[in-house]
Amino acid sequence: MANNKVFQNAHDAMQGILFDGMTILSGGFGICGIAENITEEIKASKVTKLTIVSNNCGIDGFGLGTLLHTRQIKKMISSYVGENKTFEEQYLKGELELEFSPQGTLAERCRAGGAGIPAFYTKTGVGTIIAEGKETKVIDGVEYLLEKAIKGDLSIIKAWKGDESGNLVFRKAARNFNPPMAKAGNICVVEVEQLVKTGELDPDHIHLPGIYVDRIFEGKYTEKKIEFVTVREE
Amino acid sequence: MAWTREDICRVAALELKDGYYCNLGIGMPTKVANYIPENINVTLQSENGMLGMGPFPLENEVDADIINAGKQTITELPETSYFDSSESFAMIRGGHIDLSILGALQVSESGDLANWMIPGKMVKGMGGAMDLVAGVKKVLILMEHTAKDGQPKLLKECTLPLTGKSVVDMVITELGKFDITPNGVEIKELAPHVTLDEIKAKTEAKILI
Repeated sequence: MANNKVFQNAHDAMQGILFDGMTILSGGFGICGIAENITEEIKASKVTKLTIVSNNCGIDGFGLGTLLHTRQIKKMISSYVGENKTFEEQYLKGELELEFSPQGTLAERCRAGGAGIPAFYTKTGVGTIIAEGKETKVIDGVEYLLEKAIKGDLSIIKAWKGDESGNLVFRKAARNFNPPMAKAGNICVVEVEQLVKTGELDPDHIHLPGIYVDRIFEGKYTEKKIEFVTVREE
Repeated sequence: MAWTREDICRVAALELKDGYYCNLGIGMPTKVANYIPENINVTLQSENGMLGMGPFPLENEVDADIINAGKQTITELPETSYFDSSESFAMIRGGHIDLSILGALQVSESGDLANWMIPGKMVKGMGGAMDLVAGVKKVLILMEHTAKDGQPKLLKECTLPLTGKSVVDMVITELGKFDITPNGVEIKELAPHVTLDEIKAKTEAKILI
């Protein structure tokens, strides 16, 4: 049972879904578990004025960093952008809008967006500039902040294995923001290292059920990139 | 003779207790892992979605999919588990982590923390720091006692944008170990040959004597 989710490559999988001014939710932490094939396709499409919701913005020349280079991004919603010089330049020149959201709040805003929860109260950010302009409420003597859910036009996701029904398995710490981002987009496109036949994955070991996945393809990968290789001596 | 950075990490490691789940921030806090007493079992959480962090890998063990929150390569342990970012912060926000060790730009006598932003300079972002200080049971700060220009960092009120309000429980600097109490800053331990006068001269916050 293929149920028409399977595409041959990034180019085919991205047909008819990109438009100027759209909001794209991206999985990944740093450059670990990022949808690099899909990002290349977005770059090639020249779609512009994008709002990108992603914990980070890649690095110079890789991942979302490449979309900065081509000036396709209008606004970022992130928790940390320190690893990217192009970002800094464009931001300081006022060419790029930036909304900081604390990392856990960002993850929960997306999870909530996909779970039909329009907003939630959290302690995170109370008494800081993050709280400015936001509703607060005291519940059982503790002050909380109301944070709104995030939804997007498109989720771009990287998984380790996926089947033809869209069921996904992630590998180690490359899971990170991929599941919450996958749930909050109108359309979810996934690139996997290995696409397998439906039935080959153990149903008890699925990390993200196929209901959240609209399109899936097997990506092309060379060596996996690492931001900071740190080793210990023997 | 003030404590070295290694001494600070060693003093901080003594705050870890058997069975603790801990999150160590980027920089000096990460190095506390090297001084965990051998007779206790501590599980390290990494907020990008890993519980049970092992040491840095040997060169032939490097795996691009096993990184910590500082995006450094690390290793897994037999007890390791992985999860997504919303789950990771559910355990942080939900009070399941016992101790968070972080760096700081400023700490106030009421436990306010500023560690993510200097207005006018490039702002990199708060990452998970706001969530950690809001949710973790105990927050321990490792920092230099004064800024590079000699200004105190332990203040009556923070002047920089806050990471959290009334969130810090303990501060360790090269001069000593301090508890943040409802009445002010209490000296728990002084580094060798550090005097009360030196602490007073380098601290703006109210010191309890």
